[in-house]
Amino acid sequence: MREFGYLRPTDPVEAVRLLVGSPEARYLAGGTNLVDLMKLGVERPRLLVDVSRLPLGDVTPTDGGGLRIGALVTNADLAADPRVRAAYPVLSQALLAGASGQLRNRATTAGNLLQRTRCLYFQDTAKPCNKRSPGTGCPAREGVHRDLAVLGASEQCIATHPSDLAVALAALDAVVELLGPDGPRTLPVTDLHRLPGDRPHEEHRLLPGELITAVAVPPPVPETLSAYRKVRDRASYAFALASAAGILAVRAGRVTHLALVLGGLAPKPWRARAAEQRLIGAPADEASFTAAVEAELAAARPLRDNAYKVPLARNLAVRLLCDLAAKGQAR
Amino acid sequence: MSGHGRLEGREKVTGAARYSDDRRPAGCLHACPVPATVARGAITSIDTSEALADPRVVAVLTHLDAPRLAEADDPTLAVLQSARVSYRGQCVALAVAETLEAAEQAATVVRVTYEAEPHDVVLVEDHPGIYAPDLANGGHPADRVRGDFDAAWAAAEVRIDATYRIPPLHNHPMEPHAATAWWEDGRLTAYDSSQGTGEVQKTLAALFRLEHTQVLAVSEHVGGGFGCKGTPRPHVVLAAMAARAVGRPVRLALPRAQLAATVGHRAPTVQRVRLAARSDGRIQGLAQEILTRSSTVKEFVEQAAVPARVMYRSPASRTTHRVVRQDVPTPSWMRAPGETPGMFALESAMDELALACGLDPMELRLRNEPDTEPDSGRPFSSRHLTECLREGARRFGWQRRGPAGRPEGRLLVGTGVAASTYPVLIGSAAAEVRAEADGTFVVRVNATDIGTGARTVLAVIAAEVLAVPVDRIRPEIGRSDLPRGGVAGGSSGTSSWGWAVHAATSGLARRLAEGVRVPPEGLSVCVDTRELVAQGTEFARHAFGAQFAEVQVDRDTGEVRLRRLLGVFAAGRILNPRTARSQLLGGMVMGASMALLEESTMDPAFGDHAERDLASYHVAVNADVPDVQAYWIEEEDRHVSPMGSKGIGEIGIVGTAAAVANAVHHATGVRVRDLPIGARALLGRFSGP
Repeated sequence: MREFGYLRPTDPVEAVRLLVGSPEARYLAGGTNLVDLMKLGVERPRLLVDVSRLPLGDVTPTDGGGLRIGALVTNADLAADPRVRAAYPVLSQALLAGASGQLRNRATTAGNLLQRTRCLYFQDTAKPCNKRSPGTGCPAREGVHRDLAVLGASEQCIATHPSDLAVALAALDAVVELLGPDGPRTLPVTDLHRLPGDRPHEEHRLLPGELITAVAVPPPVPETLSAYRKVRDRASYAFALASAAGILAVRAGRVTHLALVLGGLAPKPWRARAAEQRLIGAPADEASFTAAVEAELAAARPLRDNAYKVPLARNLAVRLLCDLAAKGQAR
Repeated sequence: MSGHGRLEGREKVTGAARYSDDRRPAGCLHACPVPATVARGAITSIDTSEALADPRVVAVLTHLDAPRLAEADDPTLAVLQSARVSYRGQCVALAVAETLEAAEQAATVVRVTYEAEPHDVVLVEDHPGIYAPDLANGGHPADRVRGDFDAAWAAAEVRIDATYRIPPLHNHPMEPHAATAWWEDGRLTAYDSSQGTGEVQKTLAALFRLEHTQVLAVSEHVGGGFGCKGTPRPHVVLAAMAARAVGRPVRLALPRAQLAATVGHRAPTVQRVRLAARSDGRIQGLAQEILTRSSTVKEFVEQAAVPARVMYRSPASRTTHRVVRQDVPTPSWMRAPGETPGMFALESAMDELALACGLDPMELRLRNEPDTEPDSGRPFSSRHLTECLREGARRFGWQRRGPAGRPEGRLLVGTGVAASTYPVLIGSAAAEVRAEADGTFVVRVNATDIGTGARTVLAVIAAEVLAVPVDRIRPEIGRSDLPRGGVAGGSSGTSSWGWAVHAATSGLARRLAEGVRVPPEGLSVCVDTRELVAQGTEFARHAFGAQFAEVQVDRDTGEVRLRRLLGVFAAGRILNPRTARSQLLGGMVMGASMALLEESTMDPAFGDHAERDLASYHVAVNADVPDVQAYWIEEEDRHVSPMGSKGIGEIGIVGTAAAVANAVHHATGVRVRDLPIGARALLGRFSGP
């Protein structure tokens, strides 16, 4: 790890001012991913701007009946929040499926959204990686890629986004609140991350220096049920082979509301818009769920060792929707 | 659970226990290796100027200026001696600096250029370089032929012919390999995270051309080893070399990311097992043929066909090992080398045979129990596999098992069994036991406690002979200037050191019984068991066990979760139930982890093991092992040692993976022959709802 400067501003405007114009500066909050990458030499900041003591650590109700989650709320606290558990099970379940108890105690909401891929080539500075060193190549395509993307990837990069939280937030139509040098603005979570195309090193749509201050979750859609399910070989402390967040409402046997997001399959949370559109108004049964999810996954472009992810994601999403529909019927 | 807790337990949980990397002698420097970035080739130049420009950097050692070592018995220890690169990750330079951060930073700016050569790292089953070695690890003959297997195969009523594959596996102890070394008046002191300071002392003395008495090696506390600390590893040589070069103490802890390339691993195996049997399940011919690999640096042959030579009655048998040398890190010992991979294949094949014969897998094993050790014809000193199977079946509820697993909603649930064996290995050792005037006793032997409770069990042995409470015994272990011990490996520690302690303590007890007074300086008895152990035995000496597993498999995702794991072992007299149980449970957890999770991938383009941390190389966590139980049957084997005990460090892992795989088959009808068994292996291979 190379030496770095360290500053601890006390207000968000000051934090942004410190970062703007300093491309080699990084915000530090929980540090669960940044510090790891610094140890590996992947991140080599000259300056750390420690935002961990800014007043962004509360979960508060919004006027519209939703919740505003401060950027510094830890994953453990957010998962345990009674309002989250009651109104947004998908969010609580996604958080508890992530990492380990120790990591969840340190990891923050904003840091979780912006965590970097766990692609083994990205993490190894002795190997090429277009994301880490633009233009050097992507050895993962021919190499070890069994955990990597089947959707939304490019010739340049097949990394997956590792966050469970982001998948749930994308299903909830959550909005990221940002503070930049020109003031605050908002961005839907579904627009926060970019697909790699030929610029895989540009992972998100934040402007230089912009700080995530909060994530606003709209009020729950009436009559919906939600759930998150993550598939992994190890029962804890493992990234998703595939995951799914679903929010479903059914009336008279037909789907009236659906949000479906797939995780572990793409360089960003994969909002299954095609499946959603097909299913609104359609029968809430296994056959129509399967047809819709398969239509969504028609876009998949698996490689030699990750083709299993396509049927895995299909089975997972269909089962999640079936379970939600059954639970709704029982209610 | 009766028995004694670890004597050093309080020190460990309070952080008072000092490990090798906790040593910070005055003026201690920090070292960080520079790993090779090619898998095969030669260094053409090394530019250290940027690294040395940092005033905190004291030296950067390379093959051009590092101290010359004498030729090593283990060529993997010839560090920084030539421009040759034999595997990716090999140390090509060593940065030494005033701070750890400076050493790490310096290591990243050493510019090494190579003349790279095409590398060969993919183990293929028709590799032109495959050859028959003379010996496999442990000194076993590579090939053993008994009877006419081909004739038995031709005549068989039932045939099983299956090939099993296990990827490279990594030991990954909690404490990474670390050493702190310094020189004083031509004498070398090395604190090393090692399973045996005697070997460290001997090896460093040879490499640096010293008398043994000029080297002190210390391993006071060791945070796990599982074999990869069983022989001296490059880090201790590098630390000693750097300390000599710069004239100051140097400490070096390998980053976890460097362990996969540096400290040994379980070699991958491809194992063809053929069982020729009568329709009643009686085996007429057994063949197990192993293909494995080693590095170009050193031959290490995982002896996976060896347990088949002791397990089952069979008139004909052929067990062979073949190996290919590739441009990869050198494999080495990992918990029960040979037995662990070999018994996965053999015990999976036994399950396949049981199904083919329509027999309960327990019954099949009982029908093939031998009267004597099959290959050698020697009588067993004790063999209670049958009792382990029966007792395990009773405790596990095996009789409720149907021919196929049962569905539970979207889950499929099944159970499996497998047998285990591990040889009784005993080395000679010396021990001193001293009665102090205050009524306490000091036990001195160069044993190593790698977390197994070695200190405690040695105190238990002495206390029993002296008929005094354990808290009156003070063991001194883990230093090469103590009476000669031996490596904590091969499940041999307690038997080897314990025998010496038992003999010395018995001698002391006799003298005390004779009325000899304890003088103020203490009364001491020393014993070396060299002659006792050299007498050997006419018996085949092995521990046995049986593991039972219950798993659930998700129909939709193929996820496998272990529900229950239960083992029953016959491992001689259990000297300290508390630490013994812990050892057996740990072995079983490691076996379950091997079955379901552990997978190291050789990157074909770069030639390294791709997963280099515990986030990507998955070992089991608590959530993966919700219910693990270990039991043993009463067995006291006086043919192995005066204590009647066998080793227990390794028997727990052997067979566990097969029990889990057999349970997966029972649940799903799918036979997974390539480990690990996860969602990828199972998805889409069994019928839907």
